[in-house]
Amino acid sequence: MSSDSSQSPPDRRGLIAFAWVWVGVPLVYGVYELVQKATQLFTG
Amino acid sequence: MSPPVAPPGWSRWLVPPAALSVHLSIGQAYAWSVFKPPLESALGLSGTQSALPFQLGIVMLGLSAAFGGTLVERNGPRWAMTVALVCFSSGFLLSALGAATEQYWLIVLGYGFVGGIGLGIGYISPVSTLIKWFPDRPGMATGIAIMGFGGGALIASPWSAQMLESFGSDNDGIALAFLVHGLTYAVFMTLGVLLVRVPRTEKPVEGAPSILAGPQVSARQAVRTPQFWCLWVVLCMNVTAGIGILEKAAPMITDFFKDTSTPVSVTAAAGFVALLSAANMAGRIGWSSTSDLIGRKNIYRVYLGVGAVMYALIALFGDSSKPLFILCALVILSFYGGGFATIPAYLKDLFGTYQVGAIHGRLLTAWSTAGVLGPLIVNWIADRQEEAGRSGAALYGLSFVIMIGLLGVGFVANELVRPVDARHHIPAPSAASGNSATPSEKESADVQRQQPESA
Repeated sequence: MSSDSSQSPPDRRGLIAFAWVWVGVPLVYGVYELVQKATQLFTG
Repeated sequence: MSPPVAPPGWSRWLVPPAALSVHLSIGQAYAWSVFKPPLESALGLSGTQSALPFQLGIVMLGLSAAFGGTLVERNGPRWAMTVALVCFSSGFLLSALGAATEQYWLIVLGYGFVGGIGLGIGYISPVSTLIKWFPDRPGMATGIAIMGFGGGALIASPWSAQMLESFGSDNDGIALAFLVHGLTYAVFMTLGVLLVRVPRTEKPVEGAPSILAGPQVSARQAVRTPQFWCLWVVLCMNVTAGIGILEKAAPMITDFFKDTSTPVSVTAAAGFVALLSAANMAGRIGWSSTSDLIGRKNIYRVYLGVGAVMYALIALFGDSSKPLFILCALVILSFYGGGFATIPAYLKDLFGTYQVGAIHGRLLTAWSTAGVLGPLIVNWIADRQEEAGRSGAALYGLSFVIMIGLLGVGFVANELVRPVDARHHIPAPSAASGNSATPSEKESADVQRQQPESA
Protein backbone atom coordinates (compact mmCIF):
# COMPACT_ATOMS: atom_id res chain seq x y z
CA MET A 1 0.00 0.00 0.00
CA SER A 2 1.98 2.98 -1.19
CA SER A 3 0.99 6.58 -1.91
CA ASP A 4 0.68 6.89 -5.69
CA SER A 5 1.07 10.66 -5.78
CA SER A 6 1.91 13.55 -3.55
CA GLN A 7 -1.62 14.99 -4.06
CA SER A 8 -4.30 14.04 -1.55
CA PRO A 9 -7.12 11.94 -3.06
CA PRO A 10 -10.25 13.86 -4.15
CA ASP A 11 -13.03 14.42 -1.62
CA ARG A 12 -15.78 11.92 -2.52
CA ARG A 13 -18.32 12.81 0.16
CA GLY A 14 -20.66 14.35 -2.45
CA LEU A 15 -20.51 11.21 -4.57
CA ILE A 16 -21.14 9.01 -1.53
CA ALA A 17 -24.18 11.11 -0.55
CA PHE A 18 -25.52 11.03 -4.13
CA ALA A 19 -25.10 7.24 -4.36
CA TRP A 20 -26.91 6.60 -1.08
CA VAL A 21 -29.75 9.00 -1.99
CA TRP A 22 -30.04 7.23 -5.39
CA VAL A 23 -30.77 3.89 -3.73
CA GLY A 24 -32.28 5.26 -0.51
CA VAL A 25 -35.19 7.20 -2.03
CA PRO A 26 -36.84 4.22 -3.79
CA LEU A 27 -36.18 2.04 -0.74
CA VAL A 28 -37.89 4.56 1.57
CA TYR A 29 -40.84 4.67 -0.86
CA GLY A 30 -41.09 0.85 -0.73
CA VAL A 31 -40.87 0.75 3.06
CA TYR A 32 -43.51 3.52 3.35
CA GLU A 33 -45.92 1.54 1.14
CA LEU A 34 -45.18 -1.57 3.19
CA VAL A 35 -45.90 0.15 6.50
CA GLN A 36 -49.20 1.47 5.10
CA LYS A 37 -50.17 -2.08 4.19
CA ALA A 38 -48.90 -3.68 7.39
CA THR A 39 -51.05 -1.41 9.56
CA GLN A 40 -54.10 -3.13 8.04
CA LEU A 41 -53.30 -6.07 10.33
CA PHE A 42 -54.28 -3.93 13.29
CA THR A 43 -57.01 -1.84 11.64
CA GLY A 44 -58.50 -4.21 9.02
CA MET B 1 -11.57 -8.29 -18.80
CA SER B 2 -9.69 -7.19 -15.65
CA PRO B 3 -11.65 -6.21 -12.56
CA PRO B 4 -11.98 -2.40 -12.10
CA VAL B 5 -9.40 -1.41 -9.48
CA ALA B 6 -10.24 1.44 -7.10
CA PRO B 7 -8.18 4.62 -7.49
CA PRO B 8 -6.34 5.90 -4.40
CA GLY B 9 -8.70 7.21 -1.73
CA TRP B 10 -11.77 5.43 -3.13
CA SER B 11 -14.28 5.03 -0.31
CA ARG B 12 -15.57 1.55 0.47
CA TRP B 13 -18.93 3.17 1.31
CA LEU B 14 -19.49 3.62 -2.43
CA VAL B 15 -19.65 -0.14 -2.91
CA PRO B 16 -22.85 -0.94 -0.91
CA PRO B 17 -24.97 1.53 -2.97
CA ALA B 18 -23.47 0.02 -6.13
CA ALA B 19 -24.59 -3.42 -4.90
CA LEU B 20 -27.97 -2.07 -3.81
CA SER B 21 -28.67 -0.53 -7.23
CA VAL B 22 -28.46 -4.04 -8.70
CA HIS B 23 -30.23 -5.95 -5.93
CA LEU B 24 -33.06 -3.42 -5.54
CA SER B 25 -33.68 -3.83 -9.28
CA ILE B 26 -33.55 -7.60 -9.64
CA GLY B 27 -35.63 -8.00 -6.46
CA GLN B 28 -38.52 -6.92 -8.70
CA ALA B 29 -38.86 -10.63 -9.57
CA TYR B 30 -40.87 -11.22 -6.40
CA ALA B 31 -43.41 -8.61 -7.53
CA TRP B 32 -44.23 -10.50 -10.76
CA SER B 33 -47.66 -11.37 -9.35
CA VAL B 34 -48.76 -7.77 -10.04
CA PHE B 35 -48.64 -8.54 -13.78
CA LYS B 36 -50.48 -11.87 -13.54
CA PRO B 37 -54.17 -10.76 -13.48
CA PRO B 38 -53.79 -8.16 -16.31
CA LEU B 39 -51.86 -10.67 -18.45
CA GLU B 40 -54.49 -13.34 -17.84
CA SER B 41 -57.33 -11.07 -18.97
CA ALA B 42 -55.46 -9.35 -21.82
CA LEU B 43 -53.97 -12.50 -23.39
CA GLY B 44 -56.50 -15.10 -22.19
CA LEU B 45 -54.03 -17.04 -20.03
CA SER B 46 -54.60 -19.44 -17.14
CA GLY B 47 -53.04 -18.83 -13.72
CA THR B 48 -50.47 -21.55 -14.40
CA GLN B 49 -49.50 -19.99 -17.74
CA SER B 50 -49.14 -16.49 -16.31
CA ALA B 51 -46.77 -17.82 -13.62
CA LEU B 52 -44.40 -19.28 -16.26
CA PRO B 53 -42.15 -16.22 -16.76
CA PHE B 54 -41.53 -15.98 -12.99
CA GLN B 55 -40.91 -19.72 -12.60
CA LEU B 56 -38.50 -19.84 -15.54
CA GLY B 57 -36.81 -16.71 -14.17
CA ILE B 58 -36.16 -18.39 -10.80
CA VAL B 59 -34.87 -21.55 -12.51
CA MET B 60 -32.51 -19.41 -14.63
CA LEU B 61 -31.45 -17.50 -11.49
CA GLY B 62 -30.29 -20.75 -9.89
CA LEU B 63 -28.64 -22.07 -13.05
CA SER B 64 -26.82 -18.88 -14.01
CA ALA B 65 -25.63 -18.27 -10.42
CA ALA B 66 -24.36 -21.87 -10.22
CA PHE B 67 -22.70 -22.04 -13.63
CA GLY B 68 -21.78 -18.37 -14.15
CA GLY B 69 -20.10 -17.83 -10.78
CA THR B 70 -16.59 -18.64 -11.98
CA LEU B 71 -16.96 -16.22 -14.90
CA VAL B 72 -18.11 -13.53 -12.47
CA GLU B 73 -15.01 -14.10 -10.33
CA ARG B 74 -12.71 -14.07 -13.37
CA ASN B 75 -14.14 -10.98 -15.08
CA GLY B 76 -14.98 -8.95 -11.99
CA PRO B 77 -18.05 -7.19 -10.62
CA ARG B 78 -18.34 -4.52 -13.33
CA TRP B 79 -18.58 -7.14 -16.07
CA ALA B 80 -21.14 -9.07 -13.97
CA MET B 81 -23.25 -5.98 -13.26
CA THR B 82 -23.18 -5.04 -16.95
CA VAL B 83 -24.36 -8.52 -17.92
CA ALA B 84 -27.08 -8.31 -15.26
CA LEU B 85 -28.17 -4.86 -16.50
CA VAL B 86 -28.30 -5.91 -20.16
CA CYS B 87 -30.11 -9.20 -19.50
CA PHE B 88 -32.59 -7.88 -16.93
CA SER B 89 -33.51 -4.77 -18.94
CA SER B 90 -33.64 -6.48 -22.33
CA GLY B 91 -35.84 -9.13 -20.72
CA PHE B 92 -38.38 -6.39 -20.03
CA LEU B 93 -37.96 -4.90 -23.52
CA LEU B 94 -38.59 -8.31 -25.13
CA SER B 95 -41.63 -8.70 -22.87
CA ALA B 96 -42.89 -5.29 -24.01
CA LEU B 97 -42.63 -6.47 -27.61
CA GLY B 98 -44.40 -9.70 -26.66
CA ALA B 99 -47.28 -7.86 -24.96
CA ALA B 100 -47.63 -5.33 -27.81
CA THR B 101 -47.79 -8.10 -30.46
CA GLU B 102 -49.74 -10.50 -28.20
CA GLN B 103 -46.98 -13.10 -28.50
CA TYR B 104 -46.86 -14.58 -24.99
CA TRP B 105 -43.87 -16.82 -25.75
CA LEU B 106 -41.79 -13.64 -26.13
CA ILE B 107 -42.69 -12.63 -22.56
CA VAL B 108 -41.69 -16.08 -21.27
CA LEU B 109 -38.43 -15.95 -23.24
CA GLY B 110 -37.71 -12.31 -22.36
CA TYR B 111 -38.63 -12.04 -18.68
CA GLY B 112 -38.07 -15.70 -17.80
CA PHE B 113 -35.03 -16.82 -19.78
CA VAL B 114 -33.06 -13.64 -20.63
CA GLY B 115 -34.14 -11.71 -17.52
CA GLY B 116 -33.52 -14.81 -15.37
CA ILE B 117 -29.86 -14.86 -16.41
CA GLY B 118 -29.70 -11.23 -15.25
CA LEU B 119 -31.20 -12.27 -11.89
CA GLY B 120 -28.59 -14.97 -11.25
CA ILE B 121 -25.53 -13.01 -12.38
CA GLY B 122 -26.82 -9.86 -10.67
CA TYR B 123 -27.47 -11.68 -7.39
CA ILE B 124 -23.89 -12.90 -7.01
CA SER B 125 -22.19 -9.94 -8.75
CA PRO B 126 -21.39 -7.77 -5.68
CA VAL B 127 -20.95 -10.49 -3.02
CA SER B 128 -17.25 -11.20 -3.42
CA THR B 129 -16.40 -7.49 -3.88
CA LEU B 130 -18.31 -6.45 -0.74
CA ILE B 131 -16.54 -9.10 1.33
CA LYS B 132 -13.17 -7.86 0.06
CA TRP B 133 -13.99 -4.24 0.95
CA PHE B 134 -15.39 -5.14 4.39
CA PRO B 135 -13.11 -7.90 5.74
CA ASP B 136 -13.90 -6.61 9.24
CA ARG B 137 -17.71 -6.73 8.73
CA PRO B 138 -18.53 -9.19 5.94
CA GLY B 139 -21.91 -10.11 7.43
CA MET B 140 -23.07 -6.51 7.50
CA ALA B 141 -21.80 -5.83 3.97
CA THR B 142 -23.53 -8.79 2.33
CA GLY B 143 -26.57 -8.18 4.54
CA ILE B 144 -27.01 -4.73 2.97
CA ALA B 145 -26.93 -6.13 -0.57
CA ILE B 146 -29.16 -9.12 0.08
CA MET B 147 -31.60 -6.93 2.01
CA GLY B 148 -31.84 -5.01 -1.28
CA PHE B 149 -33.18 -8.12 -3.03
CA GLY B 150 -36.04 -8.18 -0.50
CA GLY B 151 -36.49 -4.43 -0.84
CA GLY B 152 -36.78 -4.67 -4.63
CA ALA B 153 -40.18 -6.32 -4.39
CA LEU B 154 -41.40 -3.71 -1.90
CA ILE B 155 -40.59 -0.97 -4.41
CA ALA B 156 -41.78 -2.73 -7.56
CA SER B 157 -45.07 -4.01 -6.19
CA PRO B 158 -46.80 -0.61 -5.62
CA TRP B 159 -44.86 1.05 -8.48
CA SER B 160 -45.91 -1.55 -11.08
CA ALA B 161 -49.50 -1.52 -9.81
CA GLN B 162 -49.70 2.28 -10.14
CA MET B 163 -48.22 2.10 -13.63
CA LEU B 164 -50.77 -0.46 -14.80
CA GLU B 165 -53.52 1.73 -13.33
CA SER B 166 -52.26 4.73 -15.33
CA PHE B 167 -51.46 2.93 -18.62
CA GLY B 168 -54.39 0.51 -18.54
CA SER B 169 -54.47 -3.26 -18.11
CA ASP B 170 -54.91 -4.16 -21.79
CA ASN B 171 -51.98 -5.51 -23.80
CA ASP B 172 -50.85 -2.01 -24.88
CA GLY B 173 -50.85 -0.79 -21.28
CA ILE B 174 -48.87 -3.85 -20.14
CA ALA B 175 -46.40 -3.37 -23.03
CA LEU B 176 -45.85 0.26 -22.03
CA ALA B 177 -45.37 -0.75 -18.39
CA PHE B 178 -42.77 -3.37 -19.39
CA LEU B 179 -41.00 -0.78 -21.56
CA VAL B 180 -40.83 1.76 -18.71
CA HIS B 181 -39.59 -0.95 -16.32
CA GLY B 182 -36.82 -2.00 -18.73
CA LEU B 183 -35.59 1.54 -19.33
CA THR B 184 -35.85 2.67 -15.70
CA TYR B 185 -34.01 -0.37 -14.34
CA ALA B 186 -31.28 0.10 -16.98
CA VAL B 187 -30.68 3.68 -15.77
CA PHE B 188 -30.93 2.69 -12.09
CA MET B 189 -28.47 -0.20 -12.39
CA THR B 190 -25.97 1.96 -14.29
CA LEU B 191 -24.96 3.49 -10.96
CA GLY B 192 -23.71 0.09 -9.83
CA VAL B 193 -21.76 -0.49 -13.05
CA LEU B 194 -20.09 2.92 -12.76
CA LEU B 195 -19.31 2.84 -9.04
CA VAL B 196 -18.20 -0.70 -8.36
CA ARG B 197 -14.46 -1.20 -7.79
CA VAL B 198 -12.29 -3.91 -6.30
CA PRO B 199 -9.86 -2.78 -3.59
CA ARG B 200 -6.38 -1.87 -4.85
CA THR B 201 -4.64 -3.49 -1.90
CA GLU B 202 -5.12 -6.65 0.10
CA LYS B 203 -5.74 -4.51 3.20
CA PRO B 204 -8.36 -1.91 2.18
CA VAL B 205 -8.98 -0.95 5.82
CA GLU B 206 -6.33 -0.11 8.39
CA GLY B 207 -6.43 -2.54 11.28
CA ALA B 208 -8.78 -4.95 9.50
CA PRO B 209 -7.72 -8.44 8.43
CA SER B 210 -6.13 -8.90 5.00
CA ILE B 211 -8.32 -10.10 2.12
CA LEU B 212 -5.97 -13.04 1.72
CA ALA B 213 -5.92 -13.92 5.42
CA GLY B 214 -6.88 -17.52 6.15
CA PRO B 215 -7.33 -20.43 3.78
CA GLN B 216 -8.24 -19.85 0.13
CA VAL B 217 -10.23 -22.55 -1.68
CA SER B 218 -11.35 -22.55 -5.32
CA ALA B 219 -15.00 -23.07 -6.25
CA ARG B 220 -14.14 -26.33 -8.04
CA GLN B 221 -12.44 -27.63 -4.91
CA ALA B 222 -15.06 -26.26 -2.49
CA VAL B 223 -17.85 -28.46 -3.87
CA ARG B 224 -15.68 -31.49 -3.03
CA THR B 225 -15.58 -30.63 0.66
CA PRO B 226 -18.09 -31.83 3.29
CA GLN B 227 -18.28 -28.24 4.57
CA PHE B 228 -19.91 -27.07 1.33
CA TRP B 229 -22.58 -29.76 1.54
CA CYS B 230 -23.18 -29.15 5.25
CA LEU B 231 -23.87 -25.50 4.44
CA TRP B 232 -26.02 -26.57 1.49
CA VAL B 233 -28.20 -28.57 3.92
CA VAL B 234 -28.21 -25.68 6.44
CA LEU B 235 -29.41 -23.17 3.82
CA CYS B 236 -31.91 -25.56 2.28
CA MET B 237 -33.50 -26.41 5.66
CA ASN B 238 -33.59 -22.79 6.84
CA VAL B 239 -35.18 -21.56 3.60
CA THR B 240 -37.69 -24.45 3.55
CA ALA B 241 -38.81 -23.52 7.07
CA GLY B 242 -39.28 -19.87 6.10
CA ILE B 243 -41.13 -20.65 2.91
CA GLY B 244 -43.37 -22.97 4.94
CA ILE B 245 -44.84 -19.85 6.57
CA LEU B 246 -44.40 -17.40 3.68
CA GLU B 247 -46.13 -19.56 1.09
CA LYS B 248 -49.46 -19.77 2.91
CA ALA B 249 -49.23 -16.83 5.33
CA ALA B 250 -52.58 -15.21 4.50
CA PRO B 251 -54.76 -18.38 4.51
CA MET B 252 -52.79 -19.69 7.51
CA ILE B 253 -53.57 -16.78 9.83
CA THR B 254 -57.19 -16.79 8.64
CA ASP B 255 -57.54 -20.55 9.28
CA PHE B 256 -55.86 -20.36 12.69
CA PHE B 257 -58.35 -17.84 14.09
CA LYS B 258 -61.43 -18.77 12.03
CA ASP B 259 -63.35 -20.31 14.92
CA THR B 260 -62.24 -17.84 17.59
CA SER B 261 -63.87 -14.66 18.91
CA THR B 262 -61.31 -12.58 16.93
CA PRO B 263 -61.32 -13.88 13.32
CA VAL B 264 -58.85 -12.33 10.86
CA SER B 265 -60.30 -10.45 7.86
CA VAL B 266 -58.85 -10.66 4.33
CA THR B 267 -57.50 -7.09 4.68
CA ALA B 268 -55.84 -7.87 8.01
CA ALA B 269 -54.32 -11.05 6.51
CA ALA B 270 -52.79 -8.92 3.73
CA GLY B 271 -51.34 -6.68 6.45
CA PHE B 272 -49.84 -9.78 8.12
CA VAL B 273 -48.14 -10.77 4.84
CA ALA B 274 -46.69 -7.24 4.55
CA LEU B 275 -45.42 -7.43 8.12
CA LEU B 276 -43.70 -10.73 7.33
CA SER B 277 -41.94 -9.05 4.38
CA ALA B 278 -40.69 -6.35 6.76
CA ALA B 279 -39.36 -9.01 9.17
CA ASN B 280 -37.69 -10.83 6.27
CA MET B 281 -35.93 -7.63 5.20
CA ALA B 282 -34.97 -6.54 8.73
CA GLY B 283 -33.56 -10.03 9.42
CA ARG B 284 -31.28 -9.78 6.40
CA ILE B 285 -29.42 -6.73 7.65
CA GLY B 286 -29.96 -7.20 11.42
CA TRP B 287 -29.04 -10.85 11.91
CA SER B 288 -26.30 -10.82 9.30
CA SER B 289 -24.63 -7.85 11.04
CA THR B 290 -25.02 -9.65 14.38
CA SER B 291 -23.10 -12.60 12.93
CA ASP B 292 -20.01 -10.36 12.71
CA LEU B 293 -20.16 -10.08 16.51
CA ILE B 294 -21.18 -13.58 17.64
CA GLY B 295 -19.82 -15.71 14.79
CA ARG B 296 -21.42 -17.50 11.87
CA LYS B 297 -21.85 -20.90 13.50
CA ASN B 298 -23.57 -19.37 16.52
CA ILE B 299 -25.99 -17.29 14.46
CA TYR B 300 -27.07 -20.40 12.51
CA ARG B 301 -27.57 -22.17 15.84
CA VAL B 302 -30.02 -19.36 16.63
CA TYR B 303 -31.75 -19.49 13.21
CA LEU B 304 -32.21 -23.25 13.32
CA GLY B 305 -32.59 -23.90 17.06
CA VAL B 306 -34.75 -20.93 18.04
CA GLY B 307 -36.60 -21.30 14.71
CA ALA B 308 -37.62 -24.84 15.73
CA VAL B 309 -38.80 -23.53 19.12
CA MET B 310 -40.88 -20.85 17.37
CA TYR B 311 -42.53 -23.50 15.18
CA ALA B 312 -43.24 -25.59 18.30
CA LEU B 313 -44.85 -22.59 20.04
CA ILE B 314 -47.09 -21.93 17.03
CA ALA B 315 -48.07 -25.60 16.83
CA LEU B 316 -48.85 -25.85 20.56
CA PHE B 317 -50.30 -22.46 21.48
CA GLY B 318 -50.63 -20.51 18.21
CA ASP B 319 -54.41 -20.78 17.91
CA SER B 320 -54.98 -19.53 21.47
CA SER B 321 -53.00 -16.29 21.18
CA LYS B 322 -52.89 -14.06 18.12
CA PRO B 323 -49.94 -11.94 19.36
CA LEU B 324 -47.94 -15.13 20.02
CA PHE B 325 -48.72 -16.49 16.54
CA ILE B 326 -47.71 -13.21 14.88
CA LEU B 327 -44.55 -12.82 16.97
CA CYS B 328 -43.36 -16.38 16.26
CA ALA B 329 -44.06 -16.03 12.53
CA LEU B 330 -42.15 -12.73 12.43
CA VAL B 331 -39.15 -14.28 14.18
CA ILE B 332 -39.17 -17.26 11.77
CA LEU B 333 -39.27 -14.90 8.76
CA SER B 334 -36.46 -12.76 10.17
CA PHE B 335 -34.36 -15.95 10.47
CA TYR B 336 -35.31 -16.86 6.89
CA GLY B 337 -33.93 -13.52 5.65
CA GLY B 338 -30.95 -13.71 8.00
CA GLY B 339 -30.06 -17.17 6.69
CA PHE B 340 -29.84 -15.87 3.12
CA ALA B 341 -27.78 -12.83 4.05
CA THR B 342 -25.29 -14.54 6.37
CA ILE B 343 -24.34 -17.46 4.12
CA PRO B 344 -21.80 -15.51 1.97
CA ALA B 345 -19.87 -14.49 5.11
CA TYR B 346 -19.98 -18.10 6.38
CA LEU B 347 -18.55 -19.22 3.01
CA LYS B 348 -15.83 -16.57 3.27
CA ASP B 349 -14.87 -17.82 6.76
CA LEU B 350 -14.48 -21.37 5.44
CA PHE B 351 -13.23 -20.94 1.88
CA GLY B 352 -11.64 -17.45 1.85
CA THR B 353 -12.33 -14.59 -0.54
CA TYR B 354 -10.72 -16.07 -3.67
CA GLN B 355 -13.86 -17.44 -5.35
CA VAL B 356 -16.46 -16.82 -2.66
CA GLY B 357 -18.94 -15.40 -5.20
CA ALA B 358 -18.72 -18.51 -7.37
CA ILE B 359 -19.08 -20.80 -4.34
CA HIS B 360 -22.10 -18.75 -3.25
CA GLY B 361 -23.59 -19.18 -6.72
CA ARG B 362 -23.25 -22.96 -6.49
CA LEU B 363 -24.77 -22.98 -3.00
CA LEU B 364 -27.87 -21.16 -4.27
CA THR B 365 -29.06 -24.48 -5.74
CA ALA B 366 -30.14 -25.12 -2.12
CA TRP B 367 -32.52 -22.16 -2.48
CA SER B 368 -34.02 -23.61 -5.69
CA THR B 369 -34.51 -26.97 -3.93
CA ALA B 370 -36.13 -25.33 -0.92
CA GLY B 371 -38.35 -23.28 -3.23
CA VAL B 372 -39.89 -26.55 -4.40
CA LEU B 373 -39.73 -28.41 -1.06
CA GLY B 374 -41.30 -25.79 1.26
CA PRO B 375 -44.51 -25.05 -0.66
CA LEU B 376 -44.87 -28.74 -1.56
CA ILE B 377 -44.85 -29.84 2.09
CA VAL B 378 -47.26 -27.18 3.36
CA ASN B 379 -49.71 -27.29 0.45
CA TRP B 380 -49.77 -31.08 0.07
CA ILE B 381 -50.34 -31.67 3.79
CA ALA B 382 -52.98 -28.92 4.08
CA ASP B 383 -54.87 -30.42 1.11
CA ARG B 384 -54.76 -33.96 2.60
CA GLN B 385 -55.91 -32.66 6.01
CA GLU B 386 -58.78 -30.79 4.37
CA GLU B 387 -59.80 -33.96 2.52
CA ALA B 388 -59.80 -35.74 5.88
CA GLY B 389 -62.39 -33.21 7.11
CA ARG B 390 -60.07 -31.16 9.33
CA SER B 391 -60.13 -27.37 9.49
CA GLY B 392 -58.49 -24.37 11.18
CA ALA B 393 -55.10 -24.84 12.87
CA ALA B 394 -55.35 -28.64 12.44
CA LEU B 395 -54.59 -28.21 8.72
CA TYR B 396 -51.01 -27.19 9.52
CA GLY B 397 -50.02 -29.22 12.62
CA LEU B 398 -48.24 -31.99 10.71
CA SER B 399 -46.44 -29.45 8.46
CA PHE B 400 -45.07 -27.72 11.53
CA VAL B 401 -43.80 -31.00 12.99
CA ILE B 402 -42.01 -31.69 9.67
CA MET B 403 -40.55 -28.16 9.68
CA ILE B 404 -39.20 -28.70 13.22
CA GLY B 405 -37.61 -31.95 12.00
CA LEU B 406 -36.03 -30.22 8.99
CA LEU B 407 -34.66 -27.44 11.20
CA GLY B 408 -33.21 -30.18 13.44
CA VAL B 409 -31.45 -31.70 10.41
CA GLY B 410 -30.08 -28.24 9.55
CA PHE B 411 -28.93 -27.75 13.15
CA VAL B 412 -26.97 -31.03 13.06
CA ALA B 413 -25.44 -30.10 9.67
CA ASN B 414 -24.30 -26.77 11.15
CA GLU B 415 -22.72 -28.59 14.11
CA LEU B 416 -20.77 -30.78 11.67
CA VAL B 417 -19.08 -27.77 10.02
CA ARG B 418 -15.34 -27.78 10.71
CA PRO B 419 -12.46 -25.78 9.16
CA VAL B 420 -11.62 -26.97 5.63
CA ASP B 421 -8.81 -29.52 5.43
CA ALA B 422 -5.47 -28.05 4.26
CA ARG B 423 -5.33 -30.38 1.22
CA HIS B 424 -8.14 -28.33 -0.36
CA HIS B 425 -6.32 -25.00 0.14
CA ILE B 426 -4.62 -23.15 -2.68
CA PRO B 427 -0.83 -22.90 -2.06
CA ALA B 428 0.52 -19.56 -0.85
CA PRO B 429 0.65 -17.02 -3.74
CA SER B 430 4.45 -16.82 -3.74
CA ALA B 431 4.64 -20.49 -4.79
CA ALA B 432 3.07 -19.78 -8.19
CA SER B 433 5.50 -18.95 -10.93
CA GLY B 434 6.79 -20.18 -14.27
CA ASN B 435 5.16 -21.89 -17.23
CA SER B 436 5.20 -25.33 -15.65
CA ALA B 437 2.82 -24.33 -12.85
CA THR B 438 0.42 -27.03 -11.64
CA PRO B 439 -3.36 -26.32 -11.71
CA SER B 440 -3.35 -25.23 -8.07
CA GLU B 441 -0.32 -23.03 -8.68
CA LYS B 442 -2.18 -21.44 -11.59
CA GLU B 443 -5.14 -20.86 -9.27
CA SER B 444 -2.73 -19.33 -6.82
CA ALA B 445 -1.47 -16.98 -9.53
CA ASP B 446 -5.11 -16.14 -10.26
CA VAL B 447 -5.54 -15.02 -6.65
CA GLN B 448 -2.65 -12.66 -7.28
CA ARG B 449 -4.16 -11.34 -10.50
CA GLN B 450 -7.47 -10.56 -8.79
CA GLN B 451 -5.62 -8.54 -6.11
CA PRO B 452 -3.39 -6.25 -8.15
CA GLU B 453 -1.15 -4.99 -5.36
CA SER B 454 -1.31 -7.94 -3.04
CA ALA B 455 2.23 -9.20 -3.61
